[in-house]
Amino acid sequence: MLLEYLPVLIFLIFAIIFAAIMLSIGFTLGKNNPNTEKNSPYECGFEAFEDSRMKFDVRYYLVAILFIIFDLEIAFLFPWAVVVHEIGFIGIISMALFLLILVVGFIYEWKKGALEWD
Amino acid sequence: MNIIFIILNSLIDILLVVVPLFLIVAYTTYSERKIIGFMQSRMGPTRVGPYGMLQPIADIIKLLTKEIIIPSNANKGLFLTAPIIMLVPSLLVWSVIPLSEYFVIANINAGLLFILALTSLSVYGVILAGWASNSKYAFLGSMRSAAQIIAYEIAMGFALVGVLMAAGSLNLQEIIISQKGGIIHWYWIPLFPLFIIYLISGIAETNRAPFDVSEGESEIVAGFHVEYSGITFAMFFLAEYMNLILISILVSIMFFGGWLSPFESTFLEHYFNWIPGFIWLSIKTLFFIFLFLWLRATLPRYRYDQIMRLGWKVFLPITLVWIFLEGFMIYYKIQPWFSV
Repeated sequence: MLLEYLPVLIFLIFAIIFAAIMLSIGFTLGKNNPNTEKNSPYECGFEAFEDSRMKFDVRYYLVAILFIIFDLEIAFLFPWAVVVHEIGFIGIISMALFLLILVVGFIYEWKKGALEWD
Repeated sequence: MNIIFIILNSLIDILLVVVPLFLIVAYTTYSERKIIGFMQSRMGPTRVGPYGMLQPIADIIKLLTKEIIIPSNANKGLFLTAPIIMLVPSLLVWSVIPLSEYFVIANINAGLLFILALTSLSVYGVILAGWASNSKYAFLGSMRSAAQIIAYEIAMGFALVGVLMAAGSLNLQEIIISQKGGIIHWYWIPLFPLFIIYLISGIAETNRAPFDVSEGESEIVAGFHVEYSGITFAMFFLAEYMNLILISILVSIMFFGGWLSPFESTFLEHYFNWIPGFIWLSIKTLFFIFLFLWLRATLPRYRYDQIMRLGWKVFLPITLVWIFLEGFMIYYKIQPWFSV
């Protein structure tokens, strides 16, 4: 049973080694003569104005929170979706109720303007 | 002994998938430049080899021999980890993709869940790259890209749930087999809205035009990988194109019957029986790859607020409603798709 996953593990090891080899080929074949100008952060030819780790819009944070809620919901729907053929009307209705509760929250977010980008 | 045999066997399988995959990636970049060139009345690459056929090879050699620039302000460790984190999941996903009736590296039961998990990982590569570069453009690009990817991930996940409900299995081979019975049995008809949403979300997930605000050549130069050069850039590039091919092949598998023949259960069936399933899958996949390139040549870039509106306010409600509807379609066993 677990043996089916062995090729995945082998592929994972293969992929990591492959990526590491790619990087090291780049380091061996490529030149390496850095200077201050070359290594300064790219800003269209100007000196960097200020620290690049600046403040950013709080809405990105909000989107991330919303994402967690809905992604959990998807993870919760997955096992239900596999057996939906067998669990009959009760199963469908109970999931419909669960989704309905989440939809109420979603409508609240929408009305609050959490999804607005202007 | 048995274990060693399995390891060798799967190593051969992996090489059988990965080597052609890299060739396809190389020639996808070539055909992208050619196709977009022709659509804009240009020639595309013509210099290297006949019709410019060796252009991707020349590109690879150039990228391998370029200097890797590590900006002085960057977090060096994270800066070099980001391309690896980007590349590894997009390679690893291919372990569960069924390429024909018989060939799949790991025929695992939780295939679709595995794909959902791994495609979510690419957002870490983007954020790490943008953060570690310590450059304004990279930072802005990675913020935009991350928000966009996670917004469309939701719509994508719900579309996957729809496919799961119809097929009743997480195993990709079984999803294909459950679509058996000719072109009208494929899920693109009963799940048409989900198919469209999955395709568009796939384009948005891979940051392709018209959703390429995270790269936005004309505003933030190249977004999160602006500071990367040489092979490190090539790794991002490789991951992006592998994801493009992955989305194409997943759409073919989940909505267009994978390796099933389109002439099944019609009078033409026995004329086309000799064509192996792999060829059908390739034809379907190549069509969707072409569609990606076609869209890039045709559509202007979306504005960021339009992208977020489309993801949250259009796709999410549609998928939610469709999952309700599909539940009832399955309960009432709508023929011929949900008769299981």
